[in-house]
Amino acid sequence: MSMNARSVKRVHKDRPWRSRGESNFDKPTFAGMIGRYVLMLFILVIMVGPFLWQLSTSLKGPYEDIYTFPPNLIPESPTLANYGEVTRTIPVISYAWHSLLVSVGTVITNVVFATFAGYALACLRFRGKSIIMVLILSTLLLPGEVTLTSQYLTVKSLGLSNTLVGVFLPTAVTAINVLLMTTAAKAIPESILDAAAIDGASTLQRIRHIVWPNVKGMASVVALMSFIQAWDDFLWPLVVLSDPEKYTLTVGMQYLNSSFGSNPRVVAAGTMIALLPIIVLFIASQKQFFRGVEAGGVKG
Amino acid sequence: MKSPRSWAPYILLAPAIIWVVVFSIWPFLNTVVLAFTDARPLRPANFIGLQNFSQLFADERFVYAMVTSFVYVLVCVPLLTFLPLLLALLVQKKLPGIAIFRTTNYFPVIASVVVVGIIWSWLFDSKGIINESLRFVGVIDQPITFLIDRWLILLSAISLTVWKGLGYYMVIYLAALTNVNKDLHEAAALDGAGTWRRFWTVTVPAVKPAMLLISALITVAAMRIFSEIYVLTNGSGGPGGQAQSLVMLIQQVGKGLNGNLGYASAISVILFLLTIGPLLLVGWINQGSELRAAMKIRQQEKAARRARKGGGTPSVGRAARNGVAADMEGADR
Repeated sequence: MSMNARSVKRVHKDRPWRSRGESNFDKPTFAGMIGRYVLMLFILVIMVGPFLWQLSTSLKGPYEDIYTFPPNLIPESPTLANYGEVTRTIPVISYAWHSLLVSVGTVITNVVFATFAGYALACLRFRGKSIIMVLILSTLLLPGEVTLTSQYLTVKSLGLSNTLVGVFLPTAVTAINVLLMTTAAKAIPESILDAAAIDGASTLQRIRHIVWPNVKGMASVVALMSFIQAWDDFLWPLVVLSDPEKYTLTVGMQYLNSSFGSNPRVVAAGTMIALLPIIVLFIASQKQFFRGVEAGGVKG
Repeated sequence: MKSPRSWAPYILLAPAIIWVVVFSIWPFLNTVVLAFTDARPLRPANFIGLQNFSQLFADERFVYAMVTSFVYVLVCVPLLTFLPLLLALLVQKKLPGIAIFRTTNYFPVIASVVVVGIIWSWLFDSKGIINESLRFVGVIDQPITFLIDRWLILLSAISLTVWKGLGYYMVIYLAALTNVNKDLHEAAALDGAGTWRRFWTVTVPAVKPAMLLISALITVAAMRIFSEIYVLTNGSGGPGGQAQSLVMLIQQVGKGLNGNLGYASAISVILFLLTIGPLLLVGWINQGSELRAAMKIRQQEKAARRARKGGGTPSVGRAARNGVAADMEGADR
């Protein structure tokens, strides 16, 4: 029925709204469309406003009131002085470096090890496979917060408390990423794998030339999710790191806010340093993000 | 594939298995054991039975934390189950520029809680925008001190959680909304059903599985709440720690050279018991079919092995029975 209407009213096809007599339910009516835009703009203000306010606060001079109402988003005398000030207050550059190290490390190990494990679980036949699968699945039932205390004891007994390696280590391979890669590897046609085996390709060659091209898409999802997770994580680095010299950005920001909270402009500059890289990364790779949420909408 | 005796699968799986065992299963078992001891760092632990648990219910900090968690769940679940659905319906239609709205709704999700928590602590400051706007419209003449009062702290933290979670659940709903039957919508509309009616009778039933998944996810997330309250109260948990969450209490009790590891572990066990139900539900929705398949294969392998060992003919009836049993077991998960 809507097919019919669409072919009859071909003239209106490029219009985003539905005109009188047209019954294509994919389109709202004209008034409905205007209403939608108004509502969306209102929500846009709520979602992005706080970030813009933060950005403008970080650019305001010391004598400018930041708490005016209605809020003043354009600084009267824009200055980058707060960004200089924050690097003098806390070692924010090395905090950012620490966060980057941990995040990049997490991405590499997760992609490599989860690909290996996913390939083995999806494409190889071996003894004890179902036990291993159940073992990995069962850890999804365990929120990291439950094991917080013992996790710290483990890391400490490895001599890694108060180190960045200790921050990175527990999430170097996570169960959810192994499962995502297993799902991806299941889609590889068996005939190709068999052909490669007959040709005498080694396991690593098979992974490199057959598995990897097939699971690359999911690997980028795993990479992005791991990066964000590691970059934004707060509780675990807070527990592991005790020396302010070694903080990651999130812990460093909290430290800055609670210890030097008197000047919001400087703190705002610090939070912008933590926020901008992740926003840029997100805008550059939205597609993978949304795929990731849909595929592994499980992480919570 | 061709050489079933190969070590390759085990070598490939070794990192994943080692990590799962060392960083999930071992700490979990350790937590359960520690919960029955009076362990502290630098001191041998003694087994003290259920003393930690009986102490919990007399501890007002624990009662405060439980109340915080339950208030969080009760308020967040309805809000974050329905608001993202409405948001998804709003940005679902393909209109010019819609991608911008979808993308920006996701900004709060990817920002660190610490960053947005700091912004929030200024919004709710006594001189902040919330107070200024309330004063502007004349609702109040004295600023409300949001971050000093127990319930107002929770209100601020919940508003932060909801704001930050909207985009995430919106994306899950957007995927689910592709299941909504358009013809049904049209038929209902022709029968004179209004938007509201169609929302409840057509859209909601179609996204019900997603709704169930999302409310389970939110329940778990609300139980695990930590960073929002920590940042908004500078780690103190409000006046007398009354707005502390369970995880904050675990972190506070267990930290430092004099940390009470046994007691912190006992609280962790309680947290585990609170989250296991909804997590099983999530696992069931997401991985149910895979689990069932894995269990089935395992049962069949076992049956085949037993048959081979016994030398008799593999009993088909038995294998089938095992298959059914595996299914039921899967259903329990």
